[in-house]
Amino acid sequence: MHTKSLSELSHGLQTGEFSSVELTQAFIKRINQHQDLNAYITVTEELALQNAKAADARIANKKADALTGIPVAQKDIFCTLDVKTTCGSRMLDNFSAPYNATVIEKFNQAGAVMLGKLNMDEFAMGSSNETSYYGAVKNPWNTNKVPGGSSGGSGVAVAARLAAYATGTDTGGSIRQPAALCGITGLKPTYGRVSRYGMIAYASSLDQGGPMTHSAEDAAIVLQTMAGFDPKDSTSVDLPVPDYSVNLNQPLKGLKIGLPKEFFSADLNAAMATKLSEAIDEYRKLGAEIKEVSMPNLKLAIPAYYVIAPAECSANLSRFDGVRFGHRCENPVDLTDLYTRSRGEGFGKEVKRRILMGTYALSTGYYDAYYLKAQKIRRLISDDFKRALTEVDVIMGPVTPTPAFGIGEKMSDPVEMYLSDIYTIAINLAGLPALSIPAGFINDMPIGLQVIGNYFTEAHLLNIAHQYQQVTDWHKQTPKGFE
Amino acid sequence: MEWETVIGLEIHTQLATQSKIFSGASTAYGAEPNTQACAVDLGLPGVLPVLNEDAVRKAVIFGMAIEAHIAPYSIFARKNYFYPDLPKGYQISQMDHPIVGNGHLDIEVDGVTKRIGITRAHLEEDAGKSLHENFHGLTGIDLNRAGTPLLEIVSEPEMSSAKEAVAYMRKLHELVRYLGICDGNMQEGSFRCDANVSVRPKGQKEFGTRAEIKNINSFKFVEKAINHEIERQIELIENGGKVVQETRLYDSAKDETRSMRSKEEANDYRYFPDPDLLPVIIDEEFKAHIKANLPELPHAKKLRFKTDYQLDDESATILTTSRALSDYFEAVHKASGCEPKLCANWITGDLSAALNKADLEITESPISHKRLAGLLARITDNTISGKIAKQVFEALWQSSASADEIIAEKGLKQITDTGAIEAIIDKIIADNPDQVEQYRSGKDKVFAFFVGQVMKEMKGKANPAEVNKILKDKLA
Repeated sequence: MHTKSLSELSHGLQTGEFSSVELTQAFIKRINQHQDLNAYITVTEELALQNAKAADARIANKKADALTGIPVAQKDIFCTLDVKTTCGSRMLDNFSAPYNATVIEKFNQAGAVMLGKLNMDEFAMGSSNETSYYGAVKNPWNTNKVPGGSSGGSGVAVAARLAAYATGTDTGGSIRQPAALCGITGLKPTYGRVSRYGMIAYASSLDQGGPMTHSAEDAAIVLQTMAGFDPKDSTSVDLPVPDYSVNLNQPLKGLKIGLPKEFFSADLNAAMATKLSEAIDEYRKLGAEIKEVSMPNLKLAIPAYYVIAPAECSANLSRFDGVRFGHRCENPVDLTDLYTRSRGEGFGKEVKRRILMGTYALSTGYYDAYYLKAQKIRRLISDDFKRALTEVDVIMGPVTPTPAFGIGEKMSDPVEMYLSDIYTIAINLAGLPALSIPAGFINDMPIGLQVIGNYFTEAHLLNIAHQYQQVTDWHKQTPKGFE
Repeated sequence: MEWETVIGLEIHTQLATQSKIFSGASTAYGAEPNTQACAVDLGLPGVLPVLNEDAVRKAVIFGMAIEAHIAPYSIFARKNYFYPDLPKGYQISQMDHPIVGNGHLDIEVDGVTKRIGITRAHLEEDAGKSLHENFHGLTGIDLNRAGTPLLEIVSEPEMSSAKEAVAYMRKLHELVRYLGICDGNMQEGSFRCDANVSVRPKGQKEFGTRAEIKNINSFKFVEKAINHEIERQIELIENGGKVVQETRLYDSAKDETRSMRSKEEANDYRYFPDPDLLPVIIDEEFKAHIKANLPELPHAKKLRFKTDYQLDDESATILTTSRALSDYFEAVHKASGCEPKLCANWITGDLSAALNKADLEITESPISHKRLAGLLARITDNTISGKIAKQVFEALWQSSASADEIIAEKGLKQITDTGAIEAIIDKIIADNPDQVEQYRSGKDKVFAFFVGQVMKEMKGKANPAEVNKILKDKLA
């Protein structure tokens, strides 16, 4: 059952081939068998079975939606009513939200069955899932390798089939990078397409939730449930949600694909370049036209991002002060002691590093040189994309510089770690939608192809990804031992 | 040396919206601690602010009333600092692009009108309260107030005495209540003032170093605190010292200001645009709608009262100090059809005195405008005399009956039956031959004695004009 696509699962449930309870039990069994991967922070077995029963009743009443009764795992950044939400941090090890994130609410209404909460880099800050308070997550393709981050638990849960699908969030690549390194499909929607209400903020102007699935076809179904305007999120966009599945089979003849020369420079790893060029060839065969485009400001994306994201996070994480919720130090002697020890103990190293960087960038005398400058660069990068996307329909490129690296390999070198997101970060700065699809293997480790589109063209991106997945089977590969 | 004072005020007005500026929680005052703080007000992880349109509307109303520039584009910024009653660790405020730009307010001191510039007014959220009592050495936090909308109104440093500062503050207080954008309740903290005070030798152009006095929440304290601060600064300079830029707290119990923090200790608030909120765009349509519904402003109303109702300056001024009072006056006038002067006299006289004594606002008056109108109508049509009217007024205050019911019930209707009055007068003339003699020999003053006797006999109900006429005839 665990290898089936979402539409197959839905069909199986509705025809009575298996029940939601059986399906849920099967996934829980797998979760228990593969605890060593450390994909889950919290498994909500009891709640899942309860919801599975309710889903079975709903299916029996012929009131099922596409996701009714299908087990999902949520990144532990989405607040869940009465279920622990840690954001991968000691700071929230004791935190249970008194409300559901809008995204969780939407899955509940769809009758989805939540299996649990997934491991992630602490407060979504990281590219390897090693900054989690709950420990590193292992890549099922090679358990000595990282799964990517920050949605590392999500990437692994899907790749190892510990959930039928998962959610992730992407601030600088946190859906696409783990999707690429785990060999699954991950979509970061246009900023404002999916509500951020109840999604614990890292960098508010960049954060966006999205689906992590086996295929583009599955991603379309999941995005259908996640997307939509939310009056509780002022930055969500009040545009109608199109049917993401209806155009999946549109032929790609005449599609104009742009390849930024900045992505395909001599810096690109040779094996990666070869794999990507094979993938582009498949598109050529499907009738697409390939064109080189130039986006000269892309090289500024990493420095701009590492000013803007830390600046926003330095304020976003101020609420974790030991006063109202979360970690509080033992026996504080005064207010300063309460703040410094609670925050000192509650936050990990990378989170502290980013709070410090952001605080510095916003300080009097540095604001113009860092924050304002970074905002200007952000606009230039957006303009680069806008210009390129008048010449071509979509832009393609690598997701990551290399396949998954070893656990521990980059932890002592933050800049090297930050460069893992060199191909994904600019997209967040521009607010564009982009997805990662499996495009082959290098040394038995999966790599991804990134497809970037114009604002609110998720349906088109999914169509482009789906057509590729009709002629390739990279997305159908399963890591050994997880079949 | 002669000194000159420069004062600028920052006034925080709580906007009278139903719900908070960024959440749906109620803004009502006085609830049990933390019962009016929702997830957004508590700053729980994942929550997001959504701007309350009514707060924007009220800010724009204020901007229009002071003839200010209304920014077509304004943005919210985060002001970062740690404090236990500031749940998010930052306050959502406005920095570079406030919603209300340059405006002005005219004040009057000792009969002279002076125009005070208003630099800006911006929207922000209030913080909660720290409670230090009854927590056994710990601090309690009440977040009911957190997220209450504030309009911070910043004046130009254009006031030169505590008296002017108080006049400005009073004028602003009157205005925000007039506009219905703030309840003006100073005890509950709805209207709070910080004062920037500096002194300089008379004639010097440059400003002296200023001190900011925080948290002065009554007109009386503002005057005292500023005067105290002026004295402190002058004394300091004259003794060879230097004023340092700092924040001082006014202690009303000791009537002194004391240093809170110096400029060096001041926070770096690290303002930056709040990425959770979109820019506020105010278009012409929104402004036109507000303009069309803007209430008549106090000054314009005062002029109208003087021309339309022929009221003297004092009555017109008093009646227009609050919108509720002027509304009451106009309602009484309309309902009674009586002379405006009569209406004004009763409202600014007996009614105001009674309200003051009972510590009630005009909106809480036990005598509705209709019931007062009923009384004034009976004075005008001579059913009762002015003197009896005072008795009826007392009864109106005590009961819920109408003036007519009271007059009927107590038999206070004025006697205009000349036959009855004549009979009484005849009796009094017969009983007081000495006084009749005095009057007839030219002592006009004795006439009042006869009027008094008649009124006493008739329990005040005789029509005074009739009494005068008949008496004069009979005594001639």
